[in-house]
Amino acid sequence: MNNPHHMNPRSLKSRFTTRFLRALTKIRAQKPISSSSPTEIFRRYRKIKVAADKSMAYSVRSRKTWSRAMLWKLRSRSHRRRPVKTKFRQSVMKNTKTTTTTGEDGVGFGVEASELRELVPGGEAMDLCNLLDETAHYIKCLTTQVQVMKKIADFYSL
Amino acid sequence: MSSRRSRSRQSSGSRITDDQIIDLVSKLQQLIPELRGRRSDRVSASKVLQETCNYIRNLHREVDGLSDRLSQLLASADTDSDQAAIIRSLLME
Repeated sequence: MNNPHHMNPRSLKSRFTTRFLRALTKIRAQKPISSSSPTEIFRRYRKIKVAADKSMAYSVRSRKTWSRAMLWKLRSRSHRRRPVKTKFRQSVMKNTKTTTTTGEDGVGFGVEASELRELVPGGEAMDLCNLLDETAHYIKCLTTQVQVMKKIADFYSL
Repeated sequence: MSSRRSRSRQSSGSRITDDQIIDLVSKLQQLIPELRGRRSDRVSASKVLQETCNYIRNLHREVDGLSDRLSQLLASADTDSDQAAIIRSLLME
């Protein structure tokens, strides 16, 4: 991404863009888009949102806890109703040593940390160090997601 | 800063040091536009986490809005054949 002449085909931005565009093509093909009833547009909006998250999670794969959590969540969406959060916690907590952050971290930001845990996928099961590290990566991916989606929307707004 | 001794926590067998946390927090700080320029010893860890939460929420909202925009634009969008052109213009950024 720092190379001005060529977008690295293996960069996150490139992988996400290709996947996401492919997903958009599929969504277009699903319904005759001549019908733009509000319900149709809403359904399309939801599909696009899921596609954006899915494309991002698949581009990162299982290299990060947050992407694994997101993939897990996305997969169990397409199956029957399941208590998503508890099952994931159980499966992750078997393998991770967790520490509670409410007041124990010695640096005094337990409340903000719990808030952050709710925003980062899989955050509930991470210890503080992992949470901070995963958050940094998650933010980089979110900004890439926004950048690409903005470019696509602008492209088709002309 | 590097002359500060690391104190390990004794709780629950975890060996996270305060210095590690401080490093991670300042790394996070550099990613938040609100706090990027400021010196890390001037911004409390609590503030960094707070602003991080706000920033993530904003990004989520942006993705939401863009999904909405795209849902309306998708009708006339030939995303398949335009892929090369889109990627090319992403390169220019």
